[in-house]
Amino acid sequence: MHNAQPMISIFFRLRSIALALAVLAIAGLSGAAQAQTEIDITGGRIDPLPIAIAPFLAGGGAEEPASTISTVIANDLGRSGYFAPIDPQTFIEQITSFEQMPGFASWRQIQAKALVTGQVFDEGGKLRVEFRLWDVNTAQQLAAQQFTASPKNARRIGHMIADIIYKAMTGIDGYFDTRVVFVSEQGPKDKRIKTLVIMDQDGFNVRPLSDGSDLVLTPRFSPSTNEITYMSFGKGDPRVYLMNIDTRQREIVGEFPNMSFAPRFSPDGQRVIMSLQDGGNANIFELDLRSRQLRQLTNVPAINTAPSYSPDGSQITFESDRGGTQQIYVMGADGSNQNRISFGDGRYSTPVWSPDGSYIAFTKQGGGKFAIGVMKPDGSGERILTEGYHNEGPTWAPNSRVIMFFRDTQGESGGPQLWSVDITGYNEQRVPVEGFGSDPAWSPKLN
Amino acid sequence: MNMNRRKIFTTAAALACVAALAACSKKSTPNLEAGNTAIPGSEQDFTVNVGDRVFFAEDQSTLSPEAQETLRRQAQWLQKYAAVTVQVEGHADERGTREYNIALSARRATAAREFLIAQGVAASRISSIAYGKERPAALCDAEQCWSQNRRAVTVITGGAKTS
Repeated sequence: MHNAQPMISIFFRLRSIALALAVLAIAGLSGAAQAQTEIDITGGRIDPLPIAIAPFLAGGGAEEPASTISTVIANDLGRSGYFAPIDPQTFIEQITSFEQMPGFASWRQIQAKALVTGQVFDEGGKLRVEFRLWDVNTAQQLAAQQFTASPKNARRIGHMIADIIYKAMTGIDGYFDTRVVFVSEQGPKDKRIKTLVIMDQDGFNVRPLSDGSDLVLTPRFSPSTNEITYMSFGKGDPRVYLMNIDTRQREIVGEFPNMSFAPRFSPDGQRVIMSLQDGGNANIFELDLRSRQLRQLTNVPAINTAPSYSPDGSQITFESDRGGTQQIYVMGADGSNQNRISFGDGRYSTPVWSPDGSYIAFTKQGGGKFAIGVMKPDGSGERILTEGYHNEGPTWAPNSRVIMFFRDTQGESGGPQLWSVDITGYNEQRVPVEGFGSDPAWSPKLN
Repeated sequence: MNMNRRKIFTTAAALACVAALAACSKKSTPNLEAGNTAIPGSEQDFTVNVGDRVFFAEDQSTLSPEAQETLRRQAQWLQKYAAVTVQVEGHADERGTREYNIALSARRATAAREFLIAQGVAASRISSIAYGKERPAALCDAEQCWSQNRRAVTVITGGAKTS
């Protein structure tokens, strides 16, 4: 691929900012305080919190990154469904100094519950970014932080600030400083060219990881976020691969007599679980990546596939048609106690354990429709989040609040697109990425 | 004798086409005339005169009587042209999830391959691959297309006559 060189250097820069980032708490103008204006996310539909994000002040010619950062924060918070960023056109007070107390009465007047102020300085090629989050009703500072980073990372700083605001207001970790790897699809349906692609969670910074010459499917992140495992048909030899995202070096995970597919990392990143095909049956195996020891976990004459670990690594959920149709099972990580947990009408597949361990997300087929839903690991509490012609392949945001999946559209020229939905079933959003995309996998938090 | 049998099969296949029009359209429409001119032992001969694919019911890998007839013809042809090697491609329709469809299409390829072996074709001449729902043959959102996509296609990989 012609742009391999720049891509790698971008990744090195991104990786190094985590270290280069000087994150400092700013002494508050009125001292840090507990948020009294909090978003209650325990119920069903969420009343989004009106938040004013004052355009970040710019110094040293940092107008562009300042505007980028303000925009990213508003966009992230708005898309989450928990916040309603207020149109800056309606602001009464124009913030002109980062050090001055805002006039809270004027922010109350436009119904803002929270206010974000910030400033960005370009200091000889390095950005210094500071922000403050205010509770408008109590006139207290809820959060403040300073960052220094390369101007290339302005968007990432915006995501990190949005994460801090989200956490301060909801009590839950944010998920904005994350990436998504997925399969970009081009060309007619019968000759689809599929490319591995990585992007920021909000659809920006789309970069290819493969060149489209091989059919690639089901990429999944390692917990270290710089490695993926996926299936590639290679030159007619379908196998599970590993790829280092920074170097784009790839390797076949192991030479097995038959096709290997549906891979996923263990939470410690030391193992990959996947299906190995043997004639008409597929069973689940665990491969230790250091010793390359292979261990068989299921041994049933059926299709056993799509395995996913519980976050503590002690259990595995998977789908099997051993009972006649696709259903979801849970077993010990050593293959013990294989128990079916899905008992509703229809076929259940692609189970994925939530990062907090409390749910298993799945695809459900029935009545000509494909739905995305969640259930507890014991099979109780099933809820359908979205349903339609074709929804498939859920993946969790690292905070277990948002699920991304792909939705296929009908027609010869139709194709899949990436969508996200809140775990409440509200706030369904298309991920703004051009063209067709499928098989999304959400990364863990980058910082 | 051989010719007679082929005629019977052709008639049977034509009747099957009337019964399930969509399922046969793929192989019967493009090369109706070329069938008579295909070089015996060539890829065209195999595709047009023998039939390169069999179809499956939804979420099934059982070989129907029609599928078994096609595979018997394939086995006969492969025994006649012993230098030919083939790969059986398993496919699924788009109305399933990706991982399952890969395994389901492998199951279909295995069913077709094992049938050919049981008919006397050496296992070493037949490889198989599973494409899941990645390579549909017909492109509409209706059963008439999905039924054509639930298939196992025997593709010649070497040894066919070209002249």
